[in-house]
Amino acid sequence: MSLLQIKNLNVRFGDPKAVPVVDGLDLSVEKGEVLAIVGESGSGKSVTMMALMGLIDAPGIITADSLNFDGKDMLKLSASQRRKIVGKDLAMVFQDPMTALNPSYTVGFQIEEVLRQHLGLSGKAARQRALELLKKVEIPAPESRLNAYPHQLSGGMSQRVAIAMAIAGEPKLLIADEPTTALDVTIQAQIMELLLHLQKEQNMALILITHDLAVVAETAQRVCVMYAGQAVEVGHVPQLFDIPAHPYTEALLAAIPEHSEGAERLATLPGIVPGRYDRPQGCLLSPRCPYVQESCRQQRPGLDPKAHSLARCFYPLNQEVA
Amino acid sequence: MFSFIARRLGLLIPTFFGITLLTFALIRLIPGDPVEVMMGERRVDPEMHAQAMERLGLNKPLYAQYLDYVGKLAHGDLGESLRTRESVWHEFTSLFPATLELAICALIFAGILGLLAGVIAALKRGSLFDHGVMGISLAGYSMPIFWWGLILIMFFSVHLGWTPVSGRVDLLYDIQPKTGFMLIDTLLSDEEGAFKDALMHLILPSIVLGTIPLAVIARMTRSSMLEVLREDYIRTARAKGLSPSRVVFVHGLRNALIPVLTVFGLQVGTLLSGAVLTETIFSWPGIGKWLIEAIGARDYPVVQNGILLIACLVIMVNFAVDILYGLVNPRIRHQR
Repeated sequence: MSLLQIKNLNVRFGDPKAVPVVDGLDLSVEKGEVLAIVGESGSGKSVTMMALMGLIDAPGIITADSLNFDGKDMLKLSASQRRKIVGKDLAMVFQDPMTALNPSYTVGFQIEEVLRQHLGLSGKAARQRALELLKKVEIPAPESRLNAYPHQLSGGMSQRVAIAMAIAGEPKLLIADEPTTALDVTIQAQIMELLLHLQKEQNMALILITHDLAVVAETAQRVCVMYAGQAVEVGHVPQLFDIPAHPYTEALLAAIPEHSEGAERLATLPGIVPGRYDRPQGCLLSPRCPYVQESCRQQRPGLDPKAHSLARCFYPLNQEVA
Repeated sequence: MFSFIARRLGLLIPTFFGITLLTFALIRLIPGDPVEVMMGERRVDPEMHAQAMERLGLNKPLYAQYLDYVGKLAHGDLGESLRTRESVWHEFTSLFPATLELAICALIFAGILGLLAGVIAALKRGSLFDHGVMGISLAGYSMPIFWWGLILIMFFSVHLGWTPVSGRVDLLYDIQPKTGFMLIDTLLSDEEGAFKDALMHLILPSIVLGTIPLAVIARMTRSSMLEVLREDYIRTARAKGLSPSRVVFVHGLRNALIPVLTVFGLQVGTLLSGAVLTETIFSWPGIGKWLIEAIGARDYPVVQNGILLIACLVIMVNFAVDILYGLVNPRIRHQR
């Protein structure tokens, strides 16, 4: 059984008839696997993960056939039962490390808080473990950092602390929501390396939400491409990059600047993600798709097995079996 | 931090002189003089009046009187009351504990209730409770203290008979003023029931005096809390699997307190001016009532120096709040 099994997840804001932000999403993650989720801003990547973590408040409405993590349906658990899992077996690192840490407490306090909450450590034992965690995330002079406040740390350092907090409960699944977007380019690579190193060392599954397809190509075993709240293509890494089945995946790959070398302009996909009022009746990509056919405008395709991946398209590309 | 303290201390000198000038001028602008009041207004023999004025040094030109006053102050001499012949400093220190006791109780009442109401209103934003609390606090803020005090006395003391009407403790009890704080003195004495009686005496004045600070603190806490609850670190705290109460109070309130604390400090001024009215309504023997009586009797030294002492107190409290601010907010503490 998969570590994480999401079936038909829908997230809406406001009333139950509102246009879903996450629309019938199916997703699974195996133990120790690295899954990347890519897609434009507003495609529902973060909201999906927030729903899983139980971080969506009213007026958000979450429905799913199942939201199964480690054998438990997260939607059926009580709030207090869920809190035993969230922060321990299921942890998350957020985008902007400079605002993700509480400015009023020391780094040590914020890490020890997780240890107290989930592992029952306290006093010296907690402090000792916090120090080990800081060493684990390769913070220089960890002893002195325990008593530092977040404003005394750089962005990269703060993200390391946030990672230390997230891995404190030795999670089975770590979600990293654009963990490097807010950081300098040089630091980005370091943080990415650290995350992957920890992932291997602790044999935890990692969901990596990112815009950086180069990173995905190097790190992930599988990729889920999201568009307008739906998964449009899910597949294994070299294949999905080499022979994408969905036109949107192809367009994303074409938009990587390196692929436009020598060209006057970067390749782009014209148009924008459909919003609340212009959501097409047929395939959500149909207004922007260069390969659109009449049937695409009438009916919505399902996420079905294609030659090399799962794709949500009536006329998938690259279907020749080698 | 050091230069900050030095700058603040430097600002005290002009403030101090401004206050002496203001109180000196204002009390003399009120018609009548101390001798008239002492002798009774109906028949004052002009010769005796002039003699008395000369004895008190009130016949000199105003600038000379002011210089006399400031000169004495420079020697630490606060003068003595024209009525009682007691030193102003002595009267102030013996009456101040009563006011302090009342002010502390009012602040505790306002602080606890205000924080709680503000936090709950923020958590249940837009609910009936939120609108209720904000509406009531606006009403509380606009309430004239003397009217509010009288209404409470009429209802709770006269109509229901739950609380005493005035004073600090029933005359039945013989309480030795050891600390000046009635709650402590009654505990130290072996009079049975005295502590409860003193407590009952404190309830209504504390509520009256605490109403305005309560309203301000509740509103400030609410808006500050609403801002903090949107912060990313609140999401981080929730992602750690912490309980909602820990997220709200440990991670939220701690940060929301920073602006509330400033308001808290500013309320001390409101509190002391409120004490003047509250003490008069409840016949509370503190400095507020003392000052009102002194104004009535044109007791120049008491009015001038009493107000000066209170002003110094307000300045000191605000100074302490600034320092406290640094303790709560590590980002300020580390700016040197």
